[in-house]
Amino acid sequence: MENLPQLVPLVVFIPLVGMIINLLWGARLGEQWAGWIGSGAAILSFLVSFLLLTYLTGSNYQSVVVNPPFLDGWLSIGSINLEIPWQQRVDTLSVTMMLVVTGVGSLIHIYAIGYMHGDERFPRFFAFLNMFLVFMLILVTGNNFLMMFVGWEGVGLCSYLLIGFWFDKAKGVGWKNSLAARKAMILNRIGDFGMLMGIFLIFWTFGTLDYYKPGEIANVEYQEHLVAQLTGEHGEAAAPAEGEHGATTTEGEAAAPAAEGEHTEAPVAEGEHGEAAAPAAEGEHAVGPAIPEYVNNDHIATDQLGVFGKAQRMLEDGAEVNFGVVSLPIETVLVLITLFLLLGATGKSAQIPLFVWLPDAMAGPTPVSALIHAATMVTAGVYMMVRSNVLYHNAETTSLVVALIGATTALAAGYIAIGQWDIKRVLAYSTISQLGFMVAAVGIGAYGAAMFHLVTHAFFKALLFLGSGSVIHGVEHGHHDVSHGHDHHHDHDFDPQDMRNMGGLRNKMPITFLTYLVGTLALAGIWPFAGFWSKDEILADAWLSNTAGGYVVLAMLVIAAAFTAFYMWRQIEMVFFGKPRTEAAEHAHESTPAMLWPLVILAFFALLAGFYNVPANAGPFTIFGFFEWLFGGAHSFTVFLEPSVAYAHAGEFQGGIAAVALILALGAILLARRVYGDNKSVTADNTDPLYVNPATRQIWSLANARLYWDETYNRLLEQPFNAIGNFLAHTLDWTFWHDYVHEKVVGRGFNALGDLLSSPVDLGIIDGIVNGLGRLVSWLAGGLRRIQTGYVRTYAITLLLGVVLVIIILLLPMLQSGS
Amino acid sequence: MIPLWMYLLVAAALFCMGAYAVLARRNAVAILMGVELMLNAVNINLVGFWRYQQPLNMAGQAFAAFVFVIAAAEAAVGLAIIISVYRQRKSVIPDEADTLKG
Amino acid sequence: MFQVPTIADLNLGLTLPALSLALGACVLLLLDLFVPRERKEITAWLAMAGIAVSFVLNLAGFNESGTAFLGTFAADQFTGFLNIVILITAFLGVLLSLDYLKRAKIERGEYYVLLLLSAAGMMFMSSANDLIVVFIALELLSIPLYIMATFRAPDLKSEESGMKYFILGAFAGAFFVYGAALVYGATGTTNLPEIFAAVNGIIAAGGSQMFLLLMGTGLILVGLGFKVAVVPFHMWTPDVYEGAPTPVTAFMSVGAKAGGFAGLLRIMVVALPVFVLKDGQTAAAWQQTFWLVAAATLILGNIVAIAQTNVKRMLAYSSIAHAGYIMMAVAAAGTAGVANEATRAALLYLMAYMFTNLGAFGIALAIEKDDGSDTGVDNFIGLAKSKPALAAMMTVFMLSLTGIPLTGGFVGKWFVFKSALDAGLVPLAIIGVLTSVISAFYYVRIIVNMYLKDGEGDPAAGATRYVNWAIYVAFAGTLLMGIFPWIATNLSDTVVLAVEMFVR
Repeated sequence: MENLPQLVPLVVFIPLVGMIINLLWGARLGEQWAGWIGSGAAILSFLVSFLLLTYLTGSNYQSVVVNPPFLDGWLSIGSINLEIPWQQRVDTLSVTMMLVVTGVGSLIHIYAIGYMHGDERFPRFFAFLNMFLVFMLILVTGNNFLMMFVGWEGVGLCSYLLIGFWFDKAKGVGWKNSLAARKAMILNRIGDFGMLMGIFLIFWTFGTLDYYKPGEIANVEYQEHLVAQLTGEHGEAAAPAEGEHGATTTEGEAAAPAAEGEHTEAPVAEGEHGEAAAPAAEGEHAVGPAIPEYVNNDHIATDQLGVFGKAQRMLEDGAEVNFGVVSLPIETVLVLITLFLLLGATGKSAQIPLFVWLPDAMAGPTPVSALIHAATMVTAGVYMMVRSNVLYHNAETTSLVVALIGATTALAAGYIAIGQWDIKRVLAYSTISQLGFMVAAVGIGAYGAAMFHLVTHAFFKALLFLGSGSVIHGVEHGHHDVSHGHDHHHDHDFDPQDMRNMGGLRNKMPITFLTYLVGTLALAGIWPFAGFWSKDEILADAWLSNTAGGYVVLAMLVIAAAFTAFYMWRQIEMVFFGKPRTEAAEHAHESTPAMLWPLVILAFFALLAGFYNVPANAGPFTIFGFFEWLFGGAHSFTVFLEPSVAYAHAGEFQGGIAAVALILALGAILLARRVYGDNKSVTADNTDPLYVNPATRQIWSLANARLYWDETYNRLLEQPFNAIGNFLAHTLDWTFWHDYVHEKVVGRGFNALGDLLSSPVDLGIIDGIVNGLGRLVSWLAGGLRRIQTGYVRTYAITLLLGVVLVIIILLLPMLQSGS
Repeated sequence: MIPLWMYLLVAAALFCMGAYAVLARRNAVAILMGVELMLNAVNINLVGFWRYQQPLNMAGQAFAAFVFVIAAAEAAVGLAIIISVYRQRKSVIPDEADTLKG
Repeated sequence: MFQVPTIADLNLGLTLPALSLALGACVLLLLDLFVPRERKEITAWLAMAGIAVSFVLNLAGFNESGTAFLGTFAADQFTGFLNIVILITAFLGVLLSLDYLKRAKIERGEYYVLLLLSAAGMMFMSSANDLIVVFIALELLSIPLYIMATFRAPDLKSEESGMKYFILGAFAGAFFVYGAALVYGATGTTNLPEIFAAVNGIIAAGGSQMFLLLMGTGLILVGLGFKVAVVPFHMWTPDVYEGAPTPVTAFMSVGAKAGGFAGLLRIMVVALPVFVLKDGQTAAAWQQTFWLVAAATLILGNIVAIAQTNVKRMLAYSSIAHAGYIMMAVAAAGTAGVANEATRAALLYLMAYMFTNLGAFGIALAIEKDDGSDTGVDNFIGLAKSKPALAAMMTVFMLSLTGIPLTGGFVGKWFVFKSALDAGLVPLAIIGVLTSVISAFYYVRIIVNMYLKDGEGDPAAGATRYVNWAIYVAFAGTLLMGIFPWIATNLSDTVVLAVEMFVR
């Protein structure tokens, strides 16, 4: 059992193999094989993650740091004290992320087999998807910030490749797709700048990039509690554990070949697997779950601690960090670090001010939108901040900024979503909005709630995206059938993603409809779907934070939640209810089973995932404790996270807030039903009922125009930037320097003088070189003439000017010092 | 004895004249001569330093000898290049060769 | 008074790698006479054999250290590491040239001799322990390059580039000797360790000697800065790179830089690391200048590169920019205690840059036409369709030049930035990060052209067997350094010890 964590390299390795197979032989393997190799890799990876989960539950959630074989000393230079090992971390946080990434990933892989059917670059698509898994898993399993950065860049690359996957579509669509890819790349680069600066600062401050070194304890409180519990129960636990350990040993034996360079955090029994005598020989260690030797990190020297441990120690000591020019107290440095990291998070997790790439990213194939741009990659920023909770918790200024950014994003994106026509664009803004919830949760210190919402959101948002893909697929096929049947093509501007072209799909695509409904209710936060629990926990924690900032955030989030319910029901009405508005919608039909099964499975989880963290004492909301009893205790997810997230804590349930949020959501749905229901979701002139109504026209138009956000960026940043670029390139360099200076000023002004000087005067001046004034004049004239006549000598004079500059700069300090 | 600084001053003046020639003359051969002048200015420096500071260590002399040798090699290659250019363009004015720019 | 040294005193064993290459070049010059005109590839293979022999000798003696030629020639791991870079460059240079010379109808045996001589000059530079040797090596590496740049005569561009390179090179060379003479005047010696010993006395004395030493340092920076193309001594670079035959450009873009930086590091780290204006300062007197030069180079190189439409010109500005990154490490070496780390950073960066840049030039060469045309950025349009493998490798090279993780370029940048930060040059590091973000603009443009723009796609007729080999080697090197950086870092780990030994 204790060898199970050694399997963690496989989580990354299996998709890597899948990717390589698909890249090299994908074209020869054909669609079926390519698809199932890709999906198989994802599923195997998920199974390994699941094994890791069983390890964690069987060992009191003790974190383990694993050195994969062959990668020892990834970056390790003794002489300059640089040590960044390639280590993977198995703890409750990373395993949670692994399960989400590989679990949702597997379903989306399977779905993509159906969705991408017939695409000419089918194998490459799966190669890219597997590559994404590789990098995402490096990101979540790495034990240091550099590995996180490798993954961070890698998933960015995959995102770029997959957004632009259909770069060659006809009629300019391909160009639009690649522009979207570029936009994502560039905006993420801005975030990466912050990320890099943050990482550099961390290295400067702490001298290491490891989160925790092997043997360190992440959550001291939890450890104390655990040890107390174990030593108390020791006697009783002994007998049954004996048998359990026998089974464990065989498992350990199987895993042994993979084991290399083991670094278990708890001193678990080592070696001698397979020997019959092992349990007896190991003595008391062999009995039951091992008791951790230490309850805190006090025995570790400061320079042996990882980033977070060291940060805590430095805070206790009130240390200062020396930056050469200036020394700053550690609290200030933490604020700087976390602000830089936050910039990274706003890029990757699409928050204000860098969120504008995500809606455009919907140009990618729908499985990509579901996997990368909804469920996993975009949550990397949240994961990063939760991982760095020690830093954020101790940087109050940043936390407030984080909370406000998150809440503002949640509100703004939720509002914009109301005015969109594209089915995927609505979901994209919804994703931004929900990411805002998670970021806000981090800001108010509710790290557990943020992760909880991340997990539930992964399920229902993936479900919604896949559902929308199914709808698009159906409409597209319907359109295809129609245009073929009638033998006249109105191909030109039919948009299968425009909700105005849908309607009445409820009967054509019943399974898609039902699962979509589940996803919608979960997203809207309707009891008892998953979204209700996770959203409510964030709201409750905002209330409990008991600060002015917390209340502001709470208010914004509650309104955002109401928006969520409204735009989702608007979508349901437009897509599934009413009458079909186009022939394509008329002829739409249900998708293939490969696409439907993932929907069903995801719907199942969208319904159930929330119960794993039901709050305690929630009265009627948990049917007076029934759910707690059914799903093994209250707050089990937060408790699960606690060993690895030092500041995860479960807030008390706030019945009032939950009720208000629920009523608001239900009210919003009813309102949406009133506005859009009864087959009037799109008006006769193909626009929104809110637009027709003069009272709401302005509000809707503003949402439809996306608050003019992109335009503002265009006006404020892009245009001036281009203008400066043009100015530098054309006006300054060509017009001014080449044309004007070279030809006009120098050319015309000095041509005559140059000719005069070149033969008679030049000789005369050389002869009269003793004449100081003459020398000066000749030097000046010569200098100017040199610029004129051109090129080699222009270079030479530049060189000479460089010489003079260098000498001046070198000598100045000496002259100043007066020696 | 003439003080060292006088030698250094002559050398500096020669060096500047050489640099001036490189910058002012249009003819490639004259530019080459300017470079030679600069190198010979350095030789005065080297020999001067040697004589006044370290007469027992031959480094300065040796350096000067190497500078001669290399100046000769450089001139040979330079003239060959200039001749090659002259054959094509019928001109030894470097500034007239300006197809490469920007 | 003066004792004539014996052969044994010369310690020839240590000089074998460089000496064998120089002698090999001379022998090759004679052998070439017997090679028939139409079979000049034999000369090329002989040249490669010579490089290989030198490489083996270099590896065999990698860990030996000591001085030869009466203290003017040092051999240590610094030398060994740089020699590896130089010899690989020369080897790939020959491989790239083989078919290119045939296509351009300029196949003459002297070419390979010149290339070997230039490489020998670079190797002398990497082991120079005396200002005289630095000067000789500088000229030995430059003069063959002048000729090679002109090798495409009677092509006008090639001749023009050779002439410009020569005139400006000779001009800058004169500044270098003047600087060396002033340093000699200030310290009374040309031997680098002896200069180091004399510096403390000058700091105490101050006055005119200090003045001479400062001037000398500045002029040495000019001479070597010209060779490595840092602003404001960079003006020749784009013209020469564009006009010279592409394999020559490839060779000199890496070789001349390696040689120039070898000289700069030798002089600054061995002779002048503790040269401060006043006792007790930690930053060397020259650090600020180097810092400014590095910053100017980074900014100008990266910004002007954006405007280029010719790939060779674009790579020329990019090479200026990369000189800036290496210059950053040299500047960092001016802070007390950081010299070792900065030196290794510069060496690692050079190695990564070597693989990447040679590969990029190799691909530019592959799409070039026989008459030297079609080297525009637009000629890459559609390359992903016509030559997917080349396009993929070009992508890696471009990403590596940008400094994306998992490529050699990232490893180099990482170490360089780190050494700059350790040296307290925080603003310089920030400029470095910002400019490398800017650099993504023009590198990614090539990738966009290859993958995203519609076009026929160049048939890449120049991608013949040997050229492909060279590109593969460069590609493998780039990736290996990126994915397994410890291979290079471990190799350079020993370098640090060697430099430490010198600095004392």
